[in-house]
Amino acid sequence: MRSLIFRTAAGYLLPILLLFSVFILLRGHYLPGGGFVGGLIASIAFVLHSIANGIENTKKIFKFHPRILMPMGLCLSLFSGLSPLLVNKPFMTGLWFKEPFPVIGMVGSALFFDIGVYLVVIGVVLTIIFTILESI
Amino acid sequence: MLLAILSGFILAILLPLLKNILRGGLFILLSALPLSLFVYFLSWLPEVKAGGDLLFSYQWVPSANVNLSFQLDGLAMLFCLLITGIGSLVFIYTSSYLKGHPYLGRFYGYLSMFMASMLGLVLSDNLLLIFIFWELTSISSFFLIGFNNDSEASRKSALLALSITGIGGLFLLVGFVLLNQAGGHYSFTALLNSSPDLASHPMYGWILFFLFIGAFTKSAQFPFHFWLPGAMKAPTPVSTYLHSATMVKAGIYLLARFTPVLGETVWWNGTLTLVGGVTMLYAVIHALFRIDLKGILAYSTISALGLIVFLLGIGTPESLLAATVFILVHALYKATLFLVTGIIDHETGTRDVTRLAGLNKVMLPVGIAAFMAALSNAGIPPTFGFLGKDLIYDATLRSGSLFVLLTGAAVVTNICLLFTGFKAGISPFVGPLPQEFKQVHLPSPLMWIPPLLLASCGIVFGLFPFLIEGSLLVPAVSSLLSTAPDFHLQLWHGFNIILLLSTITIGSGIFLFYYLQSSESKLAWVSRFEPFSPKSVLVGMAKGFALFSAAWTNLWQNGKLRHYVFTIMAFLTVLLAVRFLQGIRLNLNLQSLSDLAFYDVAVLLIMATSILFAVFTKSRLQALASVGVMGFCICLIFLFYSAPDLAMTQFSIDTLTVILFVLVLQKLPGYIKEESKAIMWRDGILAFCFGTLICILALEVLQEPLHREISKYYAENAYTMAKGKNVVNVILVDFRGFDTMVEITVLAIAALGVSGLLRLSTRKPENK
Repeated sequence: MRSLIFRTAAGYLLPILLLFSVFILLRGHYLPGGGFVGGLIASIAFVLHSIANGIENTKKIFKFHPRILMPMGLCLSLFSGLSPLLVNKPFMTGLWFKEPFPVIGMVGSALFFDIGVYLVVIGVVLTIIFTILESI
Repeated sequence: MLLAILSGFILAILLPLLKNILRGGLFILLSALPLSLFVYFLSWLPEVKAGGDLLFSYQWVPSANVNLSFQLDGLAMLFCLLITGIGSLVFIYTSSYLKGHPYLGRFYGYLSMFMASMLGLVLSDNLLLIFIFWELTSISSFFLIGFNNDSEASRKSALLALSITGIGGLFLLVGFVLLNQAGGHYSFTALLNSSPDLASHPMYGWILFFLFIGAFTKSAQFPFHFWLPGAMKAPTPVSTYLHSATMVKAGIYLLARFTPVLGETVWWNGTLTLVGGVTMLYAVIHALFRIDLKGILAYSTISALGLIVFLLGIGTPESLLAATVFILVHALYKATLFLVTGIIDHETGTRDVTRLAGLNKVMLPVGIAAFMAALSNAGIPPTFGFLGKDLIYDATLRSGSLFVLLTGAAVVTNICLLFTGFKAGISPFVGPLPQEFKQVHLPSPLMWIPPLLLASCGIVFGLFPFLIEGSLLVPAVSSLLSTAPDFHLQLWHGFNIILLLSTITIGSGIFLFYYLQSSESKLAWVSRFEPFSPKSVLVGMAKGFALFSAAWTNLWQNGKLRHYVFTIMAFLTVLLAVRFLQGIRLNLNLQSLSDLAFYDVAVLLIMATSILFAVFTKSRLQALASVGVMGFCICLIFLFYSAPDLAMTQFSIDTLTVILFVLVLQKLPGYIKEESKAIMWRDGILAFCFGTLICILALEVLQEPLHREISKYYAENAYTMAKGKNVVNVILVDFRGFDTMVEITVLAIAALGVSGLLRLSTRKPENK
């Protein structure tokens, strides 16, 4: 599978797909998309890269093992859910900034929750696939 | 009050931090906690004596009827003083007994946790709270019994104790729930005030059953007694604390506590008398043949517990008084004997009574303490034990029609108890000192002062019973009775039948002590009956159960994926078939088929082709690719019927699945090997049936009226309440955000599991 064309293409596809996954993640609140799909697309990007260039090279892109993404994402989701408690509202109440941010749009606790989901999904998929790749 | 109960837990939490400061001999400072609690409870004595209603209530979970409500009455006071008093001495004793032990801090943590749970148990007014503390004592005692966790025997007996008392605790919970249904309250005081109709309630029998199992397991009553001798594997301070004053008395406490609520019926009295009587005789006869000091004490403890249950069972005011006094008597002398045993074990390294003798010459104060405890145990005047024994005979003599039988049983038990007390308290100290123990010396005063103190209490209370009569015993007994008790404790009652019985007891006990020599051969003779004991039966049952579950698991989980899928599908097919035999409601509307567009038909054709291809191809890779094609076709269908979110997710999932398959494929042979024709036919027919039935099921689901309220609610409120226009996403991250939170947690756990399992299986060959 290490054809030159595939390898070259994978190098360009990785950033594009990652950008696309972030795009999908951010638009999720208004249009089809969201953290789950975004996470899947991002992991596909990495898996593609690892098939083309070998898992060692993909791991080099990460400074850490992708399984760290799971607790990070879980914490982010949990804290975004807990944050309303600071202003005396029940757990998981949606909090929003009044004005939209440029490019990103409206920002609220639900967005951070979704980012948490995004990270967890990447962590889960990459952990499973990397382990399988390594054990073969 | 709340602080007093929780302080033990707080100390246990702080100990890991304090450990480094306390390194060295400073652990004795920790005994300040039980000591100050002891003083604290003493300070409440006047109020309890005055009969004040001391209720302390704190809100906790009002919605579940669990409030932190505590009541301090006479019975609770008696137990609190025992727990904190003996607790203080055990804390002091331990600081020397386990001096320099690497896990001393941990030990104190468990010990204070246990003390706090016991205090909570005896003070709780709420039934659910009693249950919580009850289980906490089981758990903390598990750690204490298994403290020497590098010894397998110790771990096993800890596990045995936990499983017996833990299961008992669950029974207790059921009993409490039933009690709440019958009596309408979780609060004990409320139950007490509205109790009269409980005995005639249809569930009364069940309540008793569950409550009794709970109490009997905890208090080591026959046939659940066997965990207690095993628990002797624990360090001696633990045995002292758990078995003289606290843990095993919890069941007694519970029975005493519920006497005014549930007692005074034939079932209550009959069961308790019978079980208590059997336990006391069975255990005491066992105790006669033990040669291990701790074994003797363990069985005599079981017997004493049986005696208390027996007295509670008789249920007359005299017997309740006798039970209360005996609880105190037993705690005092048994704790002393345990502490003395600990000293002997610590200094000589053996607990074998056939080898121990003459220790008086090297550790006189210990001998004096043991001697006093043995006297109190034997009920020889002027000890407190004499008072206790008098009350017991008084109670049995006045117990009604069966008094001859009951008195006889009590006399036999007391004779044997006297023997065991002498065996443990006197025989190691008298006679010539063997050569091997010449070097033995007196341990630090921290170890011999506590037993001496306890033993002297036994003498002082006997000489001057008024010291504790009005302040402690009267309130304790009155919380067991509806009427105020009227009694006066004194040593000398004049010449009567009770004195005669006492004399008989003491005389025959001493005769037995001189006549019956403990030896290995007698122990061996007794152990021939081991296979019939409840312990062997239970262990046998447990082993049988393990074998059965192994066989059962191997039958269904044989490791072949094909087998699993077959089982699951066959089961579902049967289930669906049974369901459809009761009638199918199908109403196919062929009209609606007309709006099929050409691309729908195209996708369906592709799907059908790829299914057939996947079934009949020999190449694994081709089969895989056609399954992938099918997945993408499903995505297209989602897209056509306006579910873009679903389609996107399915699309990426399918991609990943195919990639995963391809990765695994490298490990599999490239071509599918033919199974035998019969199996192929079998699988094919099953798959066909399953598919057909699922299809019928799907069509039938369409007949159900759709509930649109929920989706309508989400659609209408997605933007107004959650500021999102994509309803699917809003449901995921906002409306049902909690579900998502749990789902991603499950995902993460699954990933860790997969990675762990795969790593395990790949690493194994390297190890070999």
